Amino acid sequence: MTTADNFDEMWGTDESLREPYRGFCEWLDLENPARLRAKQREAEELFRLTGITFNVYGKSEAEERLIPFDIIPRIISGTEWLRLTRGIEQRVRAINAFLHDIYHKQEIVKAGRIPEEMISRNDAFLPHMIGVTPPGGVYTHIVGIDLVCTGPGEFFVLEDNARTPSGVSYMLENRETMLQMFPELFSCNRVQPVQNYPVDLRRSLAASAPTGATDDQVVAVLTPGIYNSAYFEHAFLADQMGVELVEGHDLRIIDGRVAMRTICGYKPIDVLYRRVDDEFLDPLNFNPDSMLGVPGIMDVYRAGGITIANAPGTGIADDKAIYSYMPEIVEFYTGERPLLQNVQTWRCSEPDALAYVLDNLEELVVKEVHGSGGYGMLIGPTATKKEIAAFRRKLKARPGNYIAQPTLSLSTVPVFSRSGLAPRHVDLRPFVLVSPGKIHVTPGGLTRVALKKGSLVVNSSQGGGTKDTWVLET
Amino acid sequence: MLGKTANGLFWMARYLERAENTARLIETGQRIALTRLGHSDEEWASVLKSAGVYAAFKADNESITKEGALDWMLRNRDNTSSIRSSIESARQNARLVRTAITGEVWEAVNATYMRTTDMLARKVAERDLPAVLRAIRQNTALVRGMINGTMMRNEIYDFPRIGTFLERADYTARIIDVKYYVLLPSVSAVGTPIDNVHWDSILRSVSASGGFRMQYGAGGGPADIVHFLILDRCMPRSLAFCAHELEGNLANLNASRSEPSIAQDKVRHLQEKYLSGDVATIFDYGLHEFVQAVLGELAELARQIEIDFRFHE
Repeated sequence: MTTADNFDEMWGTDESLREPYRGFCEWLDLENPARLRAKQREAEELFRLTGITFNVYGKSEAEERLIPFDIIPRIISGTEWLRLTRGIEQRVRAINAFLHDIYHKQEIVKAGRIPEEMISRNDAFLPHMIGVTPPGGVYTHIVGIDLVCTGPGEFFVLEDNARTPSGVSYMLENRETMLQMFPELFSCNRVQPVQNYPVDLRRSLAASAPTGATDDQVVAVLTPGIYNSAYFEHAFLADQMGVELVEGHDLRIIDGRVAMRTICGYKPIDVLYRRVDDEFLDPLNFNPDSMLGVPGIMDVYRAGGITIANAPGTGIADDKAIYSYMPEIVEFYTGERPLLQNVQTWRCSEPDALAYVLDNLEELVVKEVHGSGGYGMLIGPTATKKEIAAFRRKLKARPGNYIAQPTLSLSTVPVFSRSGLAPRHVDLRPFVLVSPGKIHVTPGGLTRVALKKGSLVVNSSQGGGTKDTWVLET
Repeated sequence: MLGKTANGLFWMARYLERAENTARLIETGQRIALTRLGHSDEEWASVLKSAGVYAAFKADNESITKEGALDWMLRNRDNTSSIRSSIESARQNARLVRTAITGEVWEAVNATYMRTTDMLARKVAERDLPAVLRAIRQNTALVRGMINGTMMRNEIYDFPRIGTFLERADYTARIIDVKYYVLLPSVSAVGTPIDNVHWDSILRSVSASGGFRMQYGAGGGPADIVHFLILDRCMPRSLAFCAHELEGNLANLNASRSEPSIAQDKVRHLQEKYLSGDVATIFDYGLHEFVQAVLGELAELARQIEIDFRFHE
């Protein structure tokens, strides 16, 4: 797949340098490769010391890994970013309107734009949320929109992460690492800062409190605990925001409020930024075996006693089956044409689509509707005959469980490899903060890069790395 | 501040102090073994007893050898108080309270863990032992320095201090308890080389050899050592000093509470009943009995702190 015909973000087809990379490459040309290699090792040391690690699922509990960091930044021009921002804001607005609608009047179903069973039979639809309006009307306080690029200015949305998007700590630490290692780069390139994210996040959460914005809102981050794969990020964000990091067993319902056990007794919380999935949030209302949540928190929530960010039940908006309806959803709620494109998607639940997908498995990417993390998917062009045959059987058995998309020719950005610069495929996850009446997109985001030559899988659990993402001043 | 966080800070500091004390204890044991003045096996038994891991070691090992004792205290994972286990637990607690400590404290704990894991990955050769033990003492001191130099002096600061001084008092008391017989005035062989070595080893294992010489010059007998380790207010590892620090930190915490903690009363009781008299009173009480009573009070104090500050549900 890394053929000459995919779009490289640094170099044009005629080996000409693209504009946003000009300043960076002037610096790079004067650098000694040996020094850069030493810097790459230094970066790894920094990451290890600060403990920026993730735990790998299925491995021993003690195992912590580093996500490889590549020192070549991914650079986006200010005007390009402005265009993306508009598209992202529009999409996030639509997602929140959609969530409010399907948990209330379901106008979009009545208008015949989405089949009724897409909602009622969807596992991600949470009946507990019917008729509930979250404080300030915000459902998705934090969103990560996954984008891929296939050509100049051609961005597509691959996924809307509307539950608990992760990775923002890497966006911040990658920038911090670059600032420490190459301060001179930031003197000669005007890069928009990302460092305000934790402050913005705290403000945004406080503004979504049940009683509206005041300065003394008590915000806390709820983590499943130190063995969770993203524990580092939970601790990092709580630390950077200056709020408590709590686990389920630190919390209790007292006098209709959710309160945390402090050294001087129980103290009520106004906003809970939870990094625990819906089904584990409340053993009384959802999974009764959950040890991670707070018994009765849903009842407090429904009574307006606390803000939960993101709201329970937002998963239906980033479900892969709903994804295929996103163009309709954007149009229905904003009255505008979608500014960001969806990737063409075949819903295997539909007989015609299924027939097409079965005939073209070698060309397509097939994903589980509820899967995530790059697990349980088939990448036709790189799969073996045997893998395709096995997947065909699974697909026939439960077609409704799958969607298919064309294999996109993802853009590449060079990484610094042993033998110099080498193009590798990337995606981009910008982070969006939503509070009543306000949507804020941090300039940049997390660029994930497939470190294996030709690979299209950027997930950190499967050998992906990350890069610093620069948005230049306009 | 969360009760869970107070618990994590308390134990992070306790485990670091424990690792440091164990390193010091091994250094002392090794020194005695090398000077060949003591009976080596007996000496390692007494080192294991001082570390509070003798019973567990005996359950796992047929006889006491230097190699066995060293490995048990340095690296053994079944020994929850080995240096490796202690540092692992300290880091685990630091991860748990990552939001309460500064980035610099966290990095110091993490660096301590990374160095220790590296050095203790394999059996430590005798020639490497001094460097390894020195590195452990230096790294744990680095964490203490970072806590001191970068953390706000609020309630968050009090818990690592309380953990440190409780562990330290406990350790000093155990050192005296294991060697109390060489400090009894009834022992007539005062001033023999053997006794000097034992006295010196007691002082060394609490890093007090230099301080003691400064205070008492060339003189100083067992009663002075007992006074120095138990009652001296300037010696940073004496029981009176540790109790004084504990009292101070518990008083800080009480200042911001509506209901005063019982733990402060308990530490005051410890100070008044046991640490305000003179050496004669201690010998009258019986040195062994005295130290046993203090160890009991310390355990009770730790229990009370857990309750007062809601470490658990």
